[in-house]
Amino acid sequence: MSSLLRGRAWKYGDNVDTDVIIPARHLATTDPQELARHCLEDLDPSFASSHSPGDFIVAGRNFGCGSSREHAPLAIKAAGVACVIAASFARIFFRNAINIGLPILESPEASRDIETGDELEVDLEQGEIRNLTRGKTYRARPLPPFIREIVATGGLMKRLARELSGASGSPEAKATP
Amino acid sequence: MGVKPKGRPLTLTEKIFAAHLRRTGREAPPEPGELVEVPVDFALGNDVTAPVAIEEFRKAGAKRVFDPERVALVASHFVPARDLKVAALMRKMREFAREQKISWFFPEGSGIEHVILPEEGLVLPGEIVVGADSHTCTYGALGCFATGVGSTDLAYALATGRLWFRVPETIRLVYRGRLGPWVGAKDLILFTIGEIGVDGANYAALEFAGEAVEEMEMEGRFTLANMAIEAGAKAGLIEPDEKTEAFLAGRARRAYEPLRADPGAGYARVLEWEVSRLEPQVALPHLPSNVRPVTELGEVTVDQVVIGSCTNGRLSDLHLAASVLRGKKVHPEVRCLVFPGSHRVYREALREGIIEALAEAGAVISAPTCGPCLGGHMGVLGEGERALSTTNRNFVGRMGHPRSEVYLANPAVAAATAVKGRIAHPAEVAAPPVQAGGERR
Repeated sequence: MSSLLRGRAWKYGDNVDTDVIIPARHLATTDPQELARHCLEDLDPSFASSHSPGDFIVAGRNFGCGSSREHAPLAIKAAGVACVIAASFARIFFRNAINIGLPILESPEASRDIETGDELEVDLEQGEIRNLTRGKTYRARPLPPFIREIVATGGLMKRLARELSGASGSPEAKATP
Repeated sequence: MGVKPKGRPLTLTEKIFAAHLRRTGREAPPEPGELVEVPVDFALGNDVTAPVAIEEFRKAGAKRVFDPERVALVASHFVPARDLKVAALMRKMREFAREQKISWFFPEGSGIEHVILPEEGLVLPGEIVVGADSHTCTYGALGCFATGVGSTDLAYALATGRLWFRVPETIRLVYRGRLGPWVGAKDLILFTIGEIGVDGANYAALEFAGEAVEEMEMEGRFTLANMAIEAGAKAGLIEPDEKTEAFLAGRARRAYEPLRADPGAGYARVLEWEVSRLEPQVALPHLPSNVRPVTELGEVTVDQVVIGSCTNGRLSDLHLAASVLRGKKVHPEVRCLVFPGSHRVYREALREGIIEALAEAGAVISAPTCGPCLGGHMGVLGEGERALSTTNRNFVGRMGHPRSEVYLANPAVAAATAVKGRIAHPAEVAAPPVQAGGERR
């Protein structure tokens, strides 16, 4: 997978919670495509039908607060969103996104500056966000190597599958009980 | 508790991580911010999150759960099964529980996981508990590190008995003074979230202390820890004391080691409040941090009152609501829905005449379920409707239509509101009850 992503921004505010990302009425399914059809439904009913795969969600502070439902990052990932950029993430959403391999970047500067419709180019490895519309570049907080490795492997369970099949590759001292 | 601190003094959270790292052979305590993988003592999932975890568990090629005695699967959210899709999720969870010989499968009607697991003595001081439900932080009231995770995390924990964590910074919250009448744990936590904000404790662990917490019964403490997540916290802990021990006596399913913070431990922040004059608090739409004293609200009429949930569905909560509603009638324009937190709470409330008092007043008593709290089932709000609820979240669309509104408050305020048809102070409806049950009033 190339780490250079390009698409348009969809900008939202602070505290985008998991109830508006995927309302509970749609939680009776585990089908990513069905979840994707309702992505952000209670915040921006036009998003699911108007965005293009490869676009970015850009938001303010505490993105993904509330429930632990993994259906939220799953819906975003299945909707084809390339990366979520926010000033900060609520911690369960942060874990879930990493664990399922949805790229996320924390950048208060990018979050302030970017507006809906801006054309962005994102280098995940470098943590660099280029706003082609405004001719500006923002730095994202780099993810720790351990977490980058989970995302690069395609998620926590891919890492586990590798471990179970005998090919060990943990960068951390393994703490087996 | 007898372990002498080595090196720097540790917060309760750090001490729990240090003890778990020792099990892996590491002697040095962790630093806040460090990434560690540690053994977990207990893992849980529910009908929304477990089915996703079960799929991930299988896809990774895992065969057996790490320890069937240390896993709970609880049918709590859309129960009794709302529709065919939900029934299929329940079936998936039930079959997995059977196949894996999981000891703690709680079928439809047993109640809400965060009420059941402490009741059953399944989560204990000093432990690390992970749950695929954000309100897993409730168990921190027992002095364990309990944290909400997603389905993939649960799948990993089920397969390995371990999970990765970023060791959090600790924020200590100290509540000085004794709470007044009609004021309880719910008011303390709403007040706190109002003070520090919905991300005021993001990535951090909260440790609750001070006279108001020491005086609080266990049921109130669960309410307090339950809403730590609403400030963004990873966990909310209370040091075990004689009340914890009394609660666990005859209940704990395993041996445990209670831990306490070291004197002089390093906290990221220490916040102190004098709370003896605190009024009942209400969180206004659409954030739990949008908090005001009930007397400052003015005239706010409601269509529905919900009493229950993992936050306020315990016996003392129903007792408190009944003490306000007994001998009165629910306002004709209001639907008052009561959801006991567990089947055990339901039975005890029946025996104590609480259910009768509530039903006589006109409340509808439902099966234990998470349903209405998340707008999932049994009490969904329509367009333009407004509810006052003892639950924990009031986000846009949380309890139903995106153009409905949710106000959060304690069970006494909820009961008074049900009588008045508008958000009301309990003193408008009833005389303050004498001290009894869990929450201080």
